[in-house]
Amino acid sequence: MTDNSNLDELVKQNQEALDAHTLESVKWHFSPETGSPYWLEKAKSLDFNPLTDVKCFNDLNKFPLFEDDELRGGPVDRWIPKALLGKPTYVFETGGTTGIPKSRVVIDDFRIDYENFSETLPDESFPKGSNWLMLGPSGPRRLRLAVEHMAQYRGGISFCVDLDPRWVVKLIKKGKIDEVKEYSAHVIDQAMAILGAGHEIKCMFTTPKLLEALAMRLMDEGSSIEEAGIKGIFCGGTEFTQQWYRFAREELLGENVYITPTYGNTLMGLACGRPFDPADDYKITYYAPQPRAVIRVVDFDDHTKVVGYNETGRVKLFTMTKELFIPGFLERDEGEREVPHLKYPWDGVSGVRPFHEIAQSTTVGVY
Amino acid sequence: MLEIPVIRWGKPYESFDQQEVVHFETGEPLAKVHQANAGLVKMDMRKAQRARDLLREIPVSKLLEICKKAAELYMTAELPLGNGTQTPEEFCRIQSASTGMPEWMCAGNMKKVAFVLEHMDEILDSLTRGLPLDMLTKGYGKEERGVMMSYQANSPVLGLVLPSNSPGVHTLWMPILPMQIGLVLKPGSSEPWTPYRMTEAFCQAGIPRECISVYPGPHDVGSTVTELCQRVMLFGGQATIDKYKGNPNVQAHGPGFSKILLGDDVVDRWEDYLDLMVDSIFQNGGRSCINASGVWASRHTEAIADAIAKRIGPAGPTSMTDPEAPLAAFTMTGAAQSMNGSIEAGLSEPGVTEVTAQYRDGDRLIELERCDYLRPTIVHCKNTDATLANTEYMFPMASVVQCEQKDMLKKIGSTLVCTAITEDEKWSQQLLDATHIDRLNIGPIKTNALNWLQPHEGNIVEFLFRARAFQNETPAAH
Repeated sequence: MTDNSNLDELVKQNQEALDAHTLESVKWHFSPETGSPYWLEKAKSLDFNPLTDVKCFNDLNKFPLFEDDELRGGPVDRWIPKALLGKPTYVFETGGTTGIPKSRVVIDDFRIDYENFSETLPDESFPKGSNWLMLGPSGPRRLRLAVEHMAQYRGGISFCVDLDPRWVVKLIKKGKIDEVKEYSAHVIDQAMAILGAGHEIKCMFTTPKLLEALAMRLMDEGSSIEEAGIKGIFCGGTEFTQQWYRFAREELLGENVYITPTYGNTLMGLACGRPFDPADDYKITYYAPQPRAVIRVVDFDDHTKVVGYNETGRVKLFTMTKELFIPGFLERDEGEREVPHLKYPWDGVSGVRPFHEIAQSTTVGVY
Repeated sequence: MLEIPVIRWGKPYESFDQQEVVHFETGEPLAKVHQANAGLVKMDMRKAQRARDLLREIPVSKLLEICKKAAELYMTAELPLGNGTQTPEEFCRIQSASTGMPEWMCAGNMKKVAFVLEHMDEILDSLTRGLPLDMLTKGYGKEERGVMMSYQANSPVLGLVLPSNSPGVHTLWMPILPMQIGLVLKPGSSEPWTPYRMTEAFCQAGIPRECISVYPGPHDVGSTVTELCQRVMLFGGQATIDKYKGNPNVQAHGPGFSKILLGDDVVDRWEDYLDLMVDSIFQNGGRSCINASGVWASRHTEAIADAIAKRIGPAGPTSMTDPEAPLAAFTMTGAAQSMNGSIEAGLSEPGVTEVTAQYRDGDRLIELERCDYLRPTIVHCKNTDATLANTEYMFPMASVVQCEQKDMLKKIGSTLVCTAITEDEKWSQQLLDATHIDRLNIGPIKTNALNWLQPHEGNIVEFLFRARAFQNETPAAH
């Protein structure tokens, strides 16, 4: 039984912290000495002055919605805050199966995000000092960098098997299912080789589809994820549904392997899943890493209006780090607004799934 | 409310994902159907061989008796369904309510399924060309004439990705279990009824429950069934057919483009065949791939089109309980509008005329709040290159096409059922040799009058079993 007696106070404190963080972020991104060329230029077209008119988090609704198409094309250094110019910079890409991908420049955010996320992982399932397998898309998404950093942060070494989702999407669109299967087998072959090579890998990042494929390959060979030495897995994507969570725990992994869902993207970093509780019936609830990123579940017709608890709405994302400022972006997902949790005393979102109006045209779960 | 679980090799599985099946006219929820996820299918398919192993423990002769018993149960019994039960009458009502097919047509489809089950011994005897059926169990044996034969199952199970709107197709999978092949059924979202009722009838009749899985679910569940079963029967539009063309593991069923060809030797007596033409186009709501979508003749085509139009043009929607309701509803939003748009575009081409309009009080397209109807449509095409000369829609719609007899075989394209009314022996031979015709009727036979002893879009026995060489003694010296 969770003691929620202190929750209201924690929620209040975190809201105050969020308001303060918002003011600090706006000051950073819109001051000529520190801000990025993109936001300094953008400020000229706003009908308000962010430096004086934004006084709390809710004032971010004064900004027009951020359109992620803005992230396509160069020069990417228009996104770099002046105060950070000259630091070693990465570019993380998303999309790009056809056309120009969306790019986000990153300096230290991925390290900070994954170090913060690391603090939420239970040490008994993700033992400090143990090695990792990163089995999933890397390449331009650069997810490998983040997972590898986290492994190192926890004192381990990350082994990486890559997957190119852009190629998989192309194969699916051409109906080349046999080639998709061959490619998937090629990826799993590599994971099997690493797991069987005595590297003492105990932790893993992967995607639901790849975890299914790996677990079943191991079963076909008379083994299992547990017998391969894995104790903890974190796994992401909209395919990580309540039903899939149950399937994974009951049938793929067994009770001795811990799996936790995550929800993330290039803009936000990583939202954490509420800790597993049998009473939740496998319901998956995510909490953004506030105050660096914030998730709100908003009315389908009015993105400035948050829906009531347990009500359905569109996922709206805010990011406020030293490197990136996103004052409201409508994700391609919808879900239900969830009450704060002691571990995460702010709003969460559950039942995340593709936004119903665009779900038909979205290719999800290719890897 | 009725709740229907996933069935995993006979065991009910309750999923967190559920989908409501609703009444097409009122939106009233009819049932909650639990949804499988693709992983469940992948997990279960690792044990597919067990279904065949269990079935092989039952002699085929016994399985044929089970089919007869299953037919009786399907037609008459109150059978369990999820957390409730279902009588045959309730089955017809609920199938009609979710698919938009009039109840009498649902009852007619039940009879077809039962007929096939009752005559399974004759059907298998015919489709195997008289093979001793225990050869399918054992894998080899000698024919009566002393020749060694061997048949090897290509797959322990047949995967079926079933349609939502055509309950008539279920006859096609009835012969699978008696051939000792397990069933992996992915029901259409609006028509879970037949797969579940048939599963229960088979199991109560004596099929081990572990031989059948039923996986309602989203699109990727169908894809997984298609990917993992080594033999798959699926249903879809022309794009689906094209996608699986040349894939030996998949038998894809779609539009039939079935036609009636009137030979020059009989065309002057076309009125003798008017009933046949009308029934071929109009029966069963014109929904089936075996309904005629074209009538081809070298002359009198305008008169033929007019006569057919006069008969079927006035028909319109009535109640689903009307024992003579001629039309099924379109329950998928936008489907009827899309078809109507295509037809209108086709009618704008030169030499293409709609003949039915003069016999119809109102428009072809009837749009209601939650469903739509398309009323019977007969089109006259003066030339064979018109778009509408070779199309198929899921309602009573046909084109009467003017074409010289000598050109017909070159122009008709792929045709599932071809009824050629002629006594011209030379042309008959050409028809027999035409590989783009699947089922050929020579003579006055309705396109939708199927003889179940004949193969349909490929012999299911040849699809499931591979004839191969087998020797257990040295052959004679040569």
